[in-house]
Amino acid sequence: MNKVFLIIQREFLNRVQKKSFLIATILLPLIFPAIMAVLVYVSIQQKKNATKQVIQYVDNSGFFVPDSSKFLFRKFDGSVDDAKKAFQHSESYYGLLYIPKFELSHPNGLTLYTKVNPSPSDIGNIEGMMANRVKELKMQKFSIDQKVLDSLKTDISIANVNVSDAGQEKASNSKVLLGVGVAAGILMYMFIFIYGAQIMQGIIEEKTSKVVEVIVSSVRPFQLMMGKIIGLASVGLLQFLIWIVLITTLSSVVLAYFGLQMPQQQMMNEMAQNNPGMQAGPDITSFMEMVWQIPFGYVIFNFLFYFLGGYLLYGALFAAVGSAVDSPAEAQQFMFPITIPLLISYFGLFTFILDDPHSSISVWLSIIPFTSPIAMMGRIAFGVPAWQLALSMVSLIGGFMFTTWVAGRIYRVGILMHGTKINYKVMAKWFMQKG
Amino acid sequence: MDALTAHHVTKRYTNHVALDQVSLTIPQQTIFGLLGPNGAGKTTLIRIINQIINADSGEITVFGERLQEKHIGTIGYLPEERGLYKKLKVGEQLVYLAQLKGLSRKDASEKSKAWMRKFEITDWWNKKVEDLSKGMAQKVQFISTVMHEPRLIILDEPFSGFDPVNAQLITKEILELKEKGCTVIFSTHRMETVEDLCDHIALINKSKKILEGSKKQVKDTYRSNTFLVEHKGIFSLTSDNYELVEQKNVEDNYFRSVVKAKDISSPNQLIRDLTSVTEVHSFIEKIPTMSEIFITLVKGGSDE
Repeated sequence: MNKVFLIIQREFLNRVQKKSFLIATILLPLIFPAIMAVLVYVSIQQKKNATKQVIQYVDNSGFFVPDSSKFLFRKFDGSVDDAKKAFQHSESYYGLLYIPKFELSHPNGLTLYTKVNPSPSDIGNIEGMMANRVKELKMQKFSIDQKVLDSLKTDISIANVNVSDAGQEKASNSKVLLGVGVAAGILMYMFIFIYGAQIMQGIIEEKTSKVVEVIVSSVRPFQLMMGKIIGLASVGLLQFLIWIVLITTLSSVVLAYFGLQMPQQQMMNEMAQNNPGMQAGPDITSFMEMVWQIPFGYVIFNFLFYFLGGYLLYGALFAAVGSAVDSPAEAQQFMFPITIPLLISYFGLFTFILDDPHSSISVWLSIIPFTSPIAMMGRIAFGVPAWQLALSMVSLIGGFMFTTWVAGRIYRVGILMHGTKINYKVMAKWFMQKG
Repeated sequence: MDALTAHHVTKRYTNHVALDQVSLTIPQQTIFGLLGPNGAGKTTLIRIINQIINADSGEITVFGERLQEKHIGTIGYLPEERGLYKKLKVGEQLVYLAQLKGLSRKDASEKSKAWMRKFEITDWWNKKVEDLSKGMAQKVQFISTVMHEPRLIILDEPFSGFDPVNAQLITKEILELKEKGCTVIFSTHRMETVEDLCDHIALINKSKKILEGSKKQVKDTYRSNTFLVEHKGIFSLTSDNYELVEQKNVEDNYFRSVVKAKDISSPNQLIRDLTSVTEVHSFIEKIPTMSEIFITLVKGGSDE
């Protein structure tokens, strides 16, 4: 046991003392907010400075009323063919919009001629403008007053309140929970991949530098494998904890700063404009309230548990592959069975879990050990029944014990093999081989 | 008490038997040559002794005790495929490897410093292994093999990769270690090393031990009662007891002859018989070299 600790210590120091660890750990939490800030800044600047595109139009319908909020419109007097010819030789116009004569019930035949492919949002803007105009005309035709229509429209916002067994009520916001699910799930996926690949790389290094035979004359191969896996896990945990501390500190600093600089409502609107999928909450204060009501301690605890469990489960498989091959290139062919369940859980996260975290497929994905680390992270913020969480945790523990056992049997033979041609059959043979 | 004994050790892999009922006795404070062609099973045996793999059957004892985990610190192992952590500094590396063998951090640090002083390489302490030359790395590897003061040292092809100066340095160390009471197992193909250093040998061929004993015993067994005679004046042997294998003219009236005695009579009788027919200048028994014995046995084995 003492020797395993020595190996853990060695692995830990080897990684933590590297400059790359320091850079990744300290810079990464800074890079993401920095990129976000730059993007927001650029998009605000662009909106401010953008000169509107000019579109020429030929209106045969007589219905068209230019709306110059997005584009500047210039009327062309003449036939379409003349307009097209003129457009071909002019540089100053972004496009040529042709509006033929049409029935209000069948508004067909509108065409936009452009020299470059227009963006979907440009097309959408023009379509929306035309649709509004046609709607207006139809309303006039049916003698409907805009005010009447407005009074028909009702805005309802459902306040979602969770009632716990103890009778406590707490407000929740499924959009915020969705964000937490996505973030935690993706983070888990990345962590398992990055750290798993590091285990594999470390083992290949030991094998190709031949140092492994010296080491296994002092410790059991299984001890070496476990020391390596646990050593890297502790590096991962350290990195994660540093990130949490850094991000919490930074975001409170940033929030405090922006809270003074920018009217909150405006910031929210800005965000909403940049992400059409995300709608601004009723107002910023209640949004912040929702955020603070997420049980972060609970989420972080579970994240750590599933990170460790998922990492141990996949780490063992990565270790087995690393022990069997002589080079990272050779390892590629054996990555497939490891990647598949990870990809399934990743896509499951977006297709099933975030769609309905309580559906039965979501529940199963979060219980089966190979998919549970990512799947459960997607569900966790929405609240998971205690029995499901317990079952999932127990099966994850069982899962990694199983993969570790399998990997250990392949590892002890694999690390001493050089230059053998490896396939799954050979690995199975190693697995069956006696001590 | 013997340093190591093996009793009917057998190791089977799916397709072949790597070791078949191998028994050995390695006396204490000897240099023991473990010989055999490639693929004979030497490395398998060494790995079993190092507890890297387990034998299917048979028993191994180390200094009278059944081989067990605590013997890891008793044994020092230099594998044929040398290797160190490339990115790790020499000092840290030695300390780490010695700690894995069971030394405390303090002891490990002191011992590695002492050995580095002895080899006059103290200024390498903070160098990474990847920055060392091959010969330098070999020295570091040798230190890592012996620094925890193992009583049994296993060296697999120890001289490969050493220049003659360093090879001599290592030879000196090996002899010194033997003087201090260590037992050394040598696995090698280099018969001149065996000739110079080994006290005992065992030969493994095709998973089986085919020869074992002290160097003298082995050579005695393979004496062929052949004698090399330098003499003045040609002669021919008429006796049925002798066979003149070869006779070569060296210069003028000087000849070199190889004479084989058919019955096991004493060399003195042959000398007496020779002096009556020629003028004997030198008389040496042709003792087979280890290399010749090795080749005879291994080739003989493959003819079966």
